[in-house]
Amino acid sequence: MTASLTLVIVMAVLYATGVYLLLERSLTRVLLGFLLVANATSLLLLIMAGPDGLAPVLDNGTEISQIADPLPQVFVLTAIVITFGVSAFLMALIYRSWRLSKADEVIDDAEDLAIAQRDANVEAELLDPDHQDQEVDHLDELSAAHDLAETGEEEKQ
Amino acid sequence: MLISLAFFALAALLAPVLARVLGPRVFWLLALVPLGALAVSVSAAPRVFEGEIVRESLIWVQHLELALSFRLDTLSWVMTIVVLGVGALVLVYCERYFAPDEPGLGRFAGFFIAFSGTMYGLVVSDDIFLLFMFWEATTVFSYLLIAHYTDRKASRGAALQALLVTTGGGLTMFVGLIVLAAAAESTSLSEIVASPPEGGAVMTAVFLILVGAVSKSALVPFHFWLPAAMAAPTPVSAYLHAAAMVKAGIYLIAALTPGFANIPGWSESLVALGVVTMLVGGWRSLRQTDIKLLLAYGTVSQLGFLTVIAGFGSRTAALAALALLLAHALFKATLFLVVGLIDHSTGTRDLRRLSGLGRQRPVLAIVATLAVASMVGLPPTFGFVAKEAVFTALLEGDALGILALLGVVTGSVFTVAYSARFLWGAFARKEGVEDTEVHRDRWDALVSPALLAAGGIGLGLVASVADPVLAGYAVAFPAGGHEYHLALWHGLEPALGLSALTLLLGTALFWKRERVARLQAMVPATVNAADGYWKVLRFIDRTAARVTSTTQRGSLPFYLGVILLVLVATAGTSLVLNETWPTSWRLWDFPSQAAVGLIMVIAAVAAVRADKRFTAVVLVGVTGYGLATLFVLQGAPDLAFTQLLVETVTLVAFVLVLRRLPRRIGVAHGRPRHRAVRAALAVVVALTMSIVAVTALAARSTEPIYPEFAELARTLGHGVNVVNVALVDVRAWDTMGELSVIIVAANGVASLVFLDRRTDDLVRPRLTRGRRGLLRQRPITEPSRPIGRSRALAETGEKRLAWLLAGRTLAPENRSILLEITVRLVFHSIMVVSLFVLFSGHNAPGGGFAAGLVAGMALVARYLAGGRYELGAAVTIDAGRLLGSGLVLAVGSAAVPLLFGADALTSAFIEGELPLFGHVEFITSTIFDVGVYLIVIGLVLDVLRSLGGEVDRQQEEEDPRTPHERLEGRADA
Repeated sequence: MTASLTLVIVMAVLYATGVYLLLERSLTRVLLGFLLVANATSLLLLIMAGPDGLAPVLDNGTEISQIADPLPQVFVLTAIVITFGVSAFLMALIYRSWRLSKADEVIDDAEDLAIAQRDANVEAELLDPDHQDQEVDHLDELSAAHDLAETGEEEKQ
Repeated sequence: MLISLAFFALAALLAPVLARVLGPRVFWLLALVPLGALAVSVSAAPRVFEGEIVRESLIWVQHLELALSFRLDTLSWVMTIVVLGVGALVLVYCERYFAPDEPGLGRFAGFFIAFSGTMYGLVVSDDIFLLFMFWEATTVFSYLLIAHYTDRKASRGAALQALLVTTGGGLTMFVGLIVLAAAAESTSLSEIVASPPEGGAVMTAVFLILVGAVSKSALVPFHFWLPAAMAAPTPVSAYLHAAAMVKAGIYLIAALTPGFANIPGWSESLVALGVVTMLVGGWRSLRQTDIKLLLAYGTVSQLGFLTVIAGFGSRTAALAALALLLAHALFKATLFLVVGLIDHSTGTRDLRRLSGLGRQRPVLAIVATLAVASMVGLPPTFGFVAKEAVFTALLEGDALGILALLGVVTGSVFTVAYSARFLWGAFARKEGVEDTEVHRDRWDALVSPALLAAGGIGLGLVASVADPVLAGYAVAFPAGGHEYHLALWHGLEPALGLSALTLLLGTALFWKRERVARLQAMVPATVNAADGYWKVLRFIDRTAARVTSTTQRGSLPFYLGVILLVLVATAGTSLVLNETWPTSWRLWDFPSQAAVGLIMVIAAVAAVRADKRFTAVVLVGVTGYGLATLFVLQGAPDLAFTQLLVETVTLVAFVLVLRRLPRRIGVAHGRPRHRAVRAALAVVVALTMSIVAVTALAARSTEPIYPEFAELARTLGHGVNVVNVALVDVRAWDTMGELSVIIVAANGVASLVFLDRRTDDLVRPRLTRGRRGLLRQRPITEPSRPIGRSRALAETGEKRLAWLLAGRTLAPENRSILLEITVRLVFHSIMVVSLFVLFSGHNAPGGGFAAGLVAGMALVARYLAGGRYELGAAVTIDAGRLLGSGLVLAVGSAAVPLLFGADALTSAFIEGELPLFGHVEFITSTIFDVGVYLIVIGLVLDVLRSLGGEVDRQQEEEDPRTPHERLEGRADA
């Protein structure tokens, strides 16, 4: 198989620029990166398709032996339309984000940060053994069960 | 057996409903189910006694070779008698135990009968995976039953602990079962035991299974869950935690011992675990003041005892184990039921507060005493017979037997002591404690415990009759020196002496109970298994928090970076190692390819560096148009066509959104170092993808399938455009999936912008019927809602003809007459072209996607020229309906062939002569393509209505000035 260096280079550049933009925090740049990556992927499928040929339309005496491989083209066609659908969705997201917060930046997830904070609290607690862990509910229930098992007396809640 | 199980399932489902009607009397009805199953077992008894194995089987999942296969041999027969007999009696007891207004009664009844059924299934399953499923089901029902008092914290905690401990063991066991089944090449328990596989893996597997058994039967170190589980209602304790579920582990040990007793470590570890458990349980039982907990630790102790003898692996031991299992189920269930009655009639279970109960409830005291007699092994109870057999079996054994004997004799001394403590605590009159006030229960509450206790005595009296029955299990072991038989009287043998010794020492231990208590207080509990469990749980909690906080940083770029790194590491590495490279390289296929490529590269790099939004968008668009050109060069006109249209619609949509955003994109985030990392990652990913591309190309070494594929398109699909035929016919399932994605995306766009509804509520222009002729349209009537521009309109309120329906709703400064005229002239032509593209797509470049996009472009033009009212006038049908009808067509063309017995999406070809049209051909996949067409139009329409029309409206709402005024305002400021 013969590979066209140009196509591979163009694809690589599209991937590199696309990924670079995807890793940004600005939603507009992310969308642009997504489009570039999508184009690069179409190109990838095109490269995989092998040698060029006539359009896969079998009329006017076009022989099957002359046409380009149609199967990857089917995939690319699907990919193009899906890309459009997803980028439309991303645009709506950008607009929504802008309307809500006047920012088109991806900010760090507050829930995740809260979990990290809680982990740090647990750490602090380890250093301070007298501290009672109030948050872990089922452990609390368990200790009640064990108190019951040990003493036969139940603390009504 | 299958029918019995079906009855159990039915009863479990009906129980909640029946309980609402019948109240506690539902338990009488439910008791009939285990009784019926018991009848089945009893009727099978003659065959089982003859040594036959009764089997039933029903194929369940053919491909997994999973069958609902059941069998009844002596061991499982005895288990069914225990499970069903005790179950029925406990159910009868429940009728008295629960008040009619007990909360959650129906739920309890359902769970209880369901547990009973799964326990029955467990002991009769022959397929080990079926057994495992029943095993886990009993765990789940046990969880639900322990937590019956859902409002009590202790109940919930105990239930969860029991669940975690037993499922933990269950999962370990599952691994073992898989290994065992693989080694034995069979999933039948009876086959595996009959011809046990050998090898290191099997040994590991067997011990993994033992972990499950040990956790289920509450042996050390998992014993702590059982006392905690006493938070359950007493019938549950009596049935699950004395007679049935905790015996599942013993049952499994007993079932495996005939095959695996010779594995090194089997008997040793089981004897050791059993003895330790027996001693720990007995010792701790002596400390309890709650008589239910006293019994619970006693059960732990007895389970240890059972394990010792069940795992010992000799013929006499097997006989003894089965006898002991039966005896224990009878006396321990009795005692729990007695405790339940005491609790009910006095309101306490604390032996420091109970006093004089024996005089007030003599019958109850007698029943309890009979059961205790069996527990301590007084003749003529069955407990005595069983204990004799155990001692004899261990005496017959080697050094291990003697060690085990020492252990169980000591344990039995504890048993005698805590049994005496129980009787004394529950019934004796104590100094300094007033007689406890007793509410009378109805006499029939005593029926179940009395029957169970009588069973313990009766079996003892007819021990020699029971012997041949139980011996059916023991024959699986090689015969020892002389044949042992269960009997009440064996003569003056060492075992009798040992029995007497335990009774003597145990009584002494009870007599000196105060000194014992002081001693116990002095010995601190150095190792507490419950604490260990606690620590493990806390460790898991903390590790989970730690892992979450280190991996979930909340930063999207971080996650994406990790994903990409994994891609590079896995795909990149394996591809480089793969070493499939193209045979030759050339710079370009055509020189023009290089030119287009260069433009794309420049545009892409410039897009990264652009700081204005519009610039960046246009530059990215250039790469898209370049791509379309490459498609043309490569021989893919369909792709080029679609790509061009998509690129244009994307650009328009982008512009619609970006008009609300600032012109500049915010500064690139992160410090230069971060940017360098991102750039490095981007380059590495790009290199990886290049390798993917060339490797994939190089992998095309064999004959491709596309010639045949293309031939299929022509002969079966009746179309010459292979790409289109593939989309709508040969590979239509792919397209079906894609359509779903598009519909989801369209709905997403609409709901993100409209928020609380699917579509706009634009006032549709009212047209006068019959006057819709070209150029004769009346100007559109004003929308009823006041909008900012109405003032501007009012000034020009003349009745001139308009080029576009809604042209006059626009502010004058927003109008372009030239655009309006152009759109007016070309709109209908474009729509006709789109239809042509749609229907010619089968045989020429085009098809549903391209046609839909062409029609979409026409709508874009209408919107751009006339605003959102124009769009509303152009398409009076709602975008959701378009999407829906498109989907109906697509799914319909998939489903209709099914009605004719063909595969989904099979196309039919119809041709014929029509007057006027001449020869007409029609392939049904065209209908599918029309569906695609409608869905694509729906998507474009959604984008225009949401990002166009609705955004306009929201903008006007926020700032009702006209653009002209806004410009002026800005100039003023």
